Amino acid sequence: MQPVISIRQLTKTYASGHPALQPIDLDIHKGEIFALLGPNGAGKTTLISIVCGIVNPGSGQVLVGGHDIVRDYRAARGMIGLVPQELFNDAFESVWATVRFSRGLFGKPRNDAFLEQLLRDLSLWEKRDARIFELSGGMKRRVMIAKALSHEPQILFLDEPTAGVDVELRRDMWEMVRGLRERGVTIILTTHYIEEAEEMADRIGVIRQGQLVLVQDKATLMQQLGKKQLSLQLQHPLAAIPAELASYPLELSEDGQELVYTFDAQQEHTGIAELLKRLAEHDIDFKDLQTRQSSLEEIFVSLVHSHDVANGEHA
Amino acid sequence: MNLYAIRAIYQFELARAWRTLMQSLATPVITTSLYFVVFGSAIGPNMAQVQGVSYGAFIVPGLIMLTLLTESISNAAFGIYMPRYSGTIYEVLSAPVSFFEILLGYVGAAATKSIVLGLVILVTARLFVSFEIAHPLWMVLFLVLTAVTFSLFGFIIGIWAEGWEKLHIVPALIVTPLAFLGGSFYSISMLPPLWQKITLLNPVVYLISGFRWSFYGVSDVSPWISLGMTLGFLVVCLIVVWLIFRTGYRLKS
Repeated sequence: MQPVISIRQLTKTYASGHPALQPIDLDIHKGEIFALLGPNGAGKTTLISIVCGIVNPGSGQVLVGGHDIVRDYRAARGMIGLVPQELFNDAFESVWATVRFSRGLFGKPRNDAFLEQLLRDLSLWEKRDARIFELSGGMKRRVMIAKALSHEPQILFLDEPTAGVDVELRRDMWEMVRGLRERGVTIILTTHYIEEAEEMADRIGVIRQGQLVLVQDKATLMQQLGKKQLSLQLQHPLAAIPAELASYPLELSEDGQELVYTFDAQQEHTGIAELLKRLAEHDIDFKDLQTRQSSLEEIFVSLVHSHDVANGEHA
Repeated sequence: MNLYAIRAIYQFELARAWRTLMQSLATPVITTSLYFVVFGSAIGPNMAQVQGVSYGAFIVPGLIMLTLLTESISNAAFGIYMPRYSGTIYEVLSAPVSFFEILLGYVGAAATKSIVLGLVILVTARLFVSFEIAHPLWMVLFLVLTAVTFSLFGFIIGIWAEGWEKLHIVPALIVTPLAFLGGSFYSISMLPPLWQKITLLNPVVYLISGFRWSFYGVSDVSPWISLGMTLGFLVVCLIVVWLIFRTGYRLKS
């Protein structure tokens, strides 16, 4: 199937000489939720801004629905709705006027019934006549989303959608994202909250210093890179790990009650059987055990960190 | 052509003027009325006729031009500077609109506002002094052409400005002095010979002269030259705007 967004060899260097994007290749599939993960300044917003037409690309090509974003910008941009990271609003406009403006700007004829439903879905209908500066931060965020959805886009970009957002709005937002996906809308979100990507995304891309370090299915990613941990609740607390076991990646909790063994679930020999045998030899008895898959956050940190080490940034 | 977008921008901008009606309309009207009270009614009767026209009537075209210039510039400059300042420009840049459509929306709205204002001032002036318009079609032509040209100029300033100060500095330091010295209140034939030559370097002279000719059939320079100069400035502004959009200057980093 043809990807809904196709990015080829895209680069961007700002006038300051800062290379924001190294050559990037990325395909976004129709109907998926794609999370772009990366630390601040990694190039997430630059990438989004280029696809949306806010920043001029350096070199390379971007196709949206098969339309070149430069040559055929009307068709490309018409498909996209963007919720930027910051709350950019016309403070003195009413919610209704600003949403209507957005719909017209994207070349759609007036459709009050659609906009009413949109505002109702976002709990904004009661506030439709309020001027935007009167609204709370969370409500302003909802207005931004309403504007982005006002022209019924097939692709929605959410740049750091839940930064500084309260729990209720975050929950509503995820509900909305799921609802949009059910209707076939493709969603691309950037975040540095890993749990967000973990909860929502179908695929994850990790960007660092303008480079896509990795693009993978979330499930595969978690499996492939996922470290597993085996924790043993000891019968009798230990003062220290016996010297003979020092070669094992073991950690002892402070109270000496718990022993944690980290292993790679993908390896053929996880070493668990052997470890348990050695523990028995040392008369270390345990009353309970459990294994745990590491979270995406841990994966992410280790990925970014190993990249740092590879680049020799951290001594 | 994304007509919905042009209309959206145009209506949005006019709505802003409507919301700030006092500031948009009342302030210039009151200011101009004061000019008529002072120059037209109080001082005017004691002044000799200028080019065969009573002084009160003589200053009407100049005053309308003065307001038209400053308001066109500030309306258009503010119109495009505001979304840049607040950040809402992202939406316009990400929308399926061509630069020409953006321009039509913003400049069209700014020009509309100043044309309406010019007509309001014309009517206000009629309350203070009596005059007739010899060439109404030419009057409208100069009015519209000047409003569009200086709205374009204002649009350029609004894109160039990086702060509120810069936004006000061009109108305050350049345009207002040029308008005052461009013969709003006098005929350049009243100046010493040397200054008559120097003053011809002031583009506003041509605007006011041409506009005044459409009222009274008398002018300092030929109305054709006035028309040519106005069109010339319009073309210059269009080229600059085209360059701005082509390079993304100050709009797309």
